[in-house]
Amino acid sequence: MAYTEEELKKELETKEYEYGFYTDIESDTLPKGLNEEIVIAISKKKEEPEWMTEWRLEAFRAWKEMEEPEWANVTYKKPDFQDISYYSAPNKKPKYNSLDEVDPELLDTFKKLGISVDEQKKLAGVAVDIVMDSVSVATTFKKTLAEKGIIFCSISEAIQEHPELVKKYLGTVVPQKDNFYAALNSAVFSDGSFCYIPKGVRCPMELSTYFRINQAGTGQFERTLVIADEGSYVSYLEGCTAPMRDENQLHAAVVELIALDDAEIKYSTVQNWYPGNDEGKGGVFNFVTKRGLCEKNAKISWTQVETGSAVTWKYPSCILKGDHSIGEFYSIAVTNNFQQADTGTKMIHLGKNTKSTIISKGISAGQSQNSYRGLVQVNSRAENARNFSQCDSLLMGNRCGAHTFPYIEAKNKTAQIEHEATTSKIGEDQIFYCNQRGIDTEKAIALIVNGFSKEVLNKLPMEFAVEAQKLLEISLEGSVG
Amino acid sequence: MLEIKNLHASVEDKEILKGIDLKVNAGEVHAIMGPNGSGKSTLAEVIAGQEEFEVGEGNIFLEGEDLEELSPEERAHKGVFLSFQYPVEIPGVSVTNFMKTAINESRKAQGLEDMPANEMLKKIREKSELLEIDRKFLSRSLNEGFSGGEKKRNEIFQMAMLEPKLAILDETDSGLDIDALRIVANGVNKLRSKDNAIIVITHYQRLLDYIVPDFVHVLYNGKIVKSGTKELALELEEKGYDWLKEEAAV
Ligand SMILES: Nc1ncnc2c1ncn2[C@@H]1O[C@H](COP(=O)(O)OP(=O)(O)O)[C@@H](O)[C@H]1O
Ligand SMILES: [Mg+2]
Repeated sequence: MAYTEEELKKELETKEYEYGFYTDIESDTLPKGLNEEIVIAISKKKEEPEWMTEWRLEAFRAWKEMEEPEWANVTYKKPDFQDISYYSAPNKKPKYNSLDEVDPELLDTFKKLGISVDEQKKLAGVAVDIVMDSVSVATTFKKTLAEKGIIFCSISEAIQEHPELVKKYLGTVVPQKDNFYAALNSAVFSDGSFCYIPKGVRCPMELSTYFRINQAGTGQFERTLVIADEGSYVSYLEGCTAPMRDENQLHAAVVELIALDDAEIKYSTVQNWYPGNDEGKGGVFNFVTKRGLCEKNAKISWTQVETGSAVTWKYPSCILKGDHSIGEFYSIAVTNNFQQADTGTKMIHLGKNTKSTIISKGISAGQSQNSYRGLVQVNSRAENARNFSQCDSLLMGNRCGAHTFPYIEAKNKTAQIEHEATTSKIGEDQIFYCNQRGIDTEKAIALIVNGFSKEVLNKLPMEFAVEAQKLLEISLEGSVG
Repeated sequence: MLEIKNLHASVEDKEILKGIDLKVNAGEVHAIMGPNGSGKSTLAEVIAGQEEFEVGEGNIFLEGEDLEELSPEERAHKGVFLSFQYPVEIPGVSVTNFMKTAINESRKAQGLEDMPANEMLKKIREKSELLEIDRKFLSRSLNEGFSGGEKKRNEIFQMAMLEPKLAILDETDSGLDIDALRIVANGVNKLRSKDNAIIVITHYQRLLDYIVPDFVHVLYNGKIVKSGTKELALELEEKGYDWLKEEAAV
């Protein structure tokens, strides 16, 4: 996507200028930098109870002592953490008055994704005055959820309304001190989602599909907590296939999933942050900590389609604590131009008869670097643990790289661990074959890539899968030829 | 239908086609025979627009239109079909999906809407029956793990689906047992009409018993060294190519 740094700068400049007139908004932004006062101020602005403020401070103190990790196979200029403003009141003023003012390229992408005009407006930040269908849909569905006792709200709301649940579970899967970015997130997270499914309840719909529009404006330090009580089931969709032109360079989200006995959580993500331009300038750094805990007989599936961001650092993991619990990880990571992705999973087998499956599909084009990094750990008490891992890489051209770093630590002799890896290239002959049948090169690549990614695409909820497929096409546009 | 004039093609400065002249009218079947390495597949791929080969002198006309500037997919949209000698595998893409994409891309190029699903299904059913292809086969990944014979039969299935004006079958008979050969040839014959033309590239007279050609050409060392009727194929079967090589050397 040709979005030059100049254009980005200009856009940012005009925005700043625009907002300069609104002193009330201005005053709602905290000064740059990070210290205890700022952490306290964030907590205060969100009117949080004291225990929450303390929790944040604890995280901040830990973070101060930590170093930014360097082990991942990515290189980038480290952000200056004192040069970031950690709190901005939600921006209610529309960025544009009509669609005509929006970057035509962005609109073009929306069109290719088949996003409705109303939704395009909302996503691009255009003022909308008509009440959208989806809003009323959302209201109806909220009612259905409430009838089943399902709580689905922002994490800020949950801290206010359901403190007992938040207090009990927040930080139990990803502790404040877990890693550098998780600690930072714990100290300053601005918002995110909270979801609780009561015992035995099967959530009647894909959570967040109908809320996609509201999800679009998610923040820089997002915090998500999903709790599936005993015997419950939920499928949760995160993110948005529409391109996000966020001016925040650093994104450090934390997602915690808790699946109690016999519960199942399906968590699907499509990540499409701004990847930088085709010369490798700009773009989002995406450092995410995602982890789920499975109690007895529980199951967590992570499915992700990663096409955006300049640098991605992300390892959705499962702690298989309960006997007979199951962890799954299905991933497609696409890198083009100068993008770098270091992604994978950790499957920690603690319980007996635990099972994990890892299917990772890496697609690299341009001069990008795409790494899979996975850990399968079998604890000494985890009798009969089983893992199957398959990591496939597809290369386009000669200038990109694909790397696989599988780590296996088995402390129990009964463990059965299988790892398969393949690397292939899109061949000229495959493309010519498609061309000969009347399929042009761009479409041919999309076809081949979709075929390659099929096992993972099949794991996505239906409507998400269709969008993800189109997204793959768009991400790889112009990568050969 | 097809007219080739003084066609030269090379790869990495090595000249492979050294001046080919060929005229194929609508309704005709031409056979091209010749020893390994004489340039038969190259000719087929050059007609289809393979850019790996550099076309020097010469022209290819399809229904009077010079193909030089046209991309392979544009040629396909105009009705050129090549049954590959070595069809490639495309993992994860089913035969059905591939055909659906191919048909709809061609329709798009002609300004038509996608083919309605029921029409597509009907066509798939009809053509798979014609070639005695099991329906399960159609949901398998394209050519992945197919036997040699299955690949060739699948090529002809695609030809039947796409209904080309000019079909070039490059050694479609190799890898086929006698029953499969009969089925495939029967399929091809059903697709013959006064409006289309077929070029059959083969080593063996065997196929020509089933698909009877109007003309037979012998390609040797990048040139058509002899042309005749189907009796020429029988003569080649009997005498081999050596006498032609000698003739060509003179
Ligand atoms: N891509 C290529 N690069 C180099 N040489 C090639 C290439 N393709 C074909 N050739 C050579 O061109 C000649 C003709 O090949 P081909 O057309 O496949 O013959 P045939 O189909 O008659 O057996 C052979 O000598 C072959 O080695
Ligand atoms: Mg050949």
